[in-house]
Amino acid sequence: MCGIVGLYVKNPKLKSKLGKLFKPMIIEMTNRGPDSAGVAIYRNPVKKNETKFSLAHNDPAFDWKKIDVGLERTLKCDCRITKIGNHCILVTNAKEKAVTDWLRKHFPEVRVVGSGHTIEIFKETGLPANVYEKFNLDEAQGTHIIGHTRMATESAVTTAGSHPFATGADLCLVHNGSLSNHNRLRENLRRKGMEFQTENDTEVAAAYMTWKLRQGASLKETLQDALKDLDGFYTFLVGTHDGFAVVRDPIACKHAVIAENDDYVAMATEYRAIAHLPGADKAKIWEPEPVKIYTWGGKA
Amino acid sequence: MTSGTNELDLQKVGVRGINETLQKLPKNTNQRHWLVKNPMGQHAIAVGLDGPLAIDIQGHVGFYCGGMNKESEIIIHGHAGVGVAENMMSGLIWVKGNASESAGATGNGGLLIIDGDASSRCGISMKGIDIVVGGSVGHMSAFMAQRGNLVVCGNAGEALGDSIYEARLYVKGKAANLGADCIEKEMRSEHFEDLAKLLERAKRKERPEDFRRYGSARKLYNFNVDHADAY
Repeated sequence: MCGIVGLYVKNPKLKSKLGKLFKPMIIEMTNRGPDSAGVAIYRNPVKKNETKFSLAHNDPAFDWKKIDVGLERTLKCDCRITKIGNHCILVTNAKEKAVTDWLRKHFPEVRVVGSGHTIEIFKETGLPANVYEKFNLDEAQGTHIIGHTRMATESAVTTAGSHPFATGADLCLVHNGSLSNHNRLRENLRRKGMEFQTENDTEVAAAYMTWKLRQGASLKETLQDALKDLDGFYTFLVGTHDGFAVVRDPIACKHAVIAENDDYVAMATEYRAIAHLPGADKAKIWEPEPVKIYTWGGKA
Repeated sequence: MTSGTNELDLQKVGVRGINETLQKLPKNTNQRHWLVKNPMGQHAIAVGLDGPLAIDIQGHVGFYCGGMNKESEIIIHGHAGVGVAENMMSGLIWVKGNASESAGATGNGGLLIIDGDASSRCGISMKGIDIVVGGSVGHMSAFMAQRGNLVVCGNAGEALGDSIYEARLYVKGKAANLGADCIEKEMRSEHFEDLAKLLERAKRKERPEDFRRYGSARKLYNFNVDHADAY
């Protein structure tokens, strides 16, 4: 099962309502994935010389100030932190690698769930409605948001195994389906230096895409190669800094539907998630074709 | 109630409320015409109907709309999700928008019309249903199709008619490729006649002479004594 949902607003007037518009969409997908939920929202871009990290800790009482102070002292950088649920958004002008190395050394239990200039990722076990409330997403504003409701099949129900998975700067992946060659692929990627936190199949797809993008491939090339190298069932929704992409495996038995009008593009596993949007009843609606890469918002 | 148009609001009565109301109507009811409002993409709307009703669904529907339909005429004013008209026995289902995968799956009879495109596996395992698609159909359409007619006014995706039995497939545009044991066949007078009737019922303007016919080479499902050693 699993449900995936994405909303990209074309009409700037809708940006301020992004969180409110998206809420009934992800909640409608609860019975496709009641185990965990997550969203990636693109908002509040930071300065060019800054990086925004989405960090998570299992202990909701964790004192994020320790990270703030520690980083500033060791790396001689500026940091700003915002605690949201058991996540924290950290903005810093330090080098990305220096930050992740420092975190791994001093706070190995802190997970980096996303990084970039605009992306913020929040994910947690539990029902989508609870997750949404926990991270105060109702009030969220921004250009686009993607989300996932998970019914775990390939690996355990944990926050680390929840989607979205980060795949590089401002990129993330949500997945409906299951991959059949993820164990072999994980070993191959490990040999290339990629690291894994879980036994999850989607994490392998995310790592594969991260690796491809690091090699210099464009998003479109990466997705084209993914179609060749990833074996299994998948409908992928990939969030990018200025939009999202949709791609399905050649068999295309994992549902997907897209609705588009002048105000927005919405993608979901089932139309009933989209039905809550204003004007959805008059939007152009179709099922995306297999092996075809659909992108919105800028170049892929 | 009168014999005029009756309304059912899915927001108020839910899917079960709608199906219960429609399924409970006696066969000789004079409350034949029903409007379904606010379908909101919900699944299994107007399934299992057994009588000559006329249902107008005002919006997009989810999966399996009109499944197992007998005799009723269901018009969907919007998009239809997975498996619209699955296992239809008789009657008519008319989708005014596009349809997702597996439209008309295992249908036994009746007519399914899709004005827009149908996605993959349209008419999979069809057993006597007639399907007219105004646009194109996706891959693996008419997979293991046993009986009935699939008319495609646009193009057909890969592996059309894979492992087909005795259904007839008519395609006006291009078939990307044909599945195992599916071949192009001659259009004879009875095919032109059948096709003309179906196009007319679907209010299509296409001309039968612009279509090509595909069907079974009958090599896959017939026992061939020369292959006895293979078993």
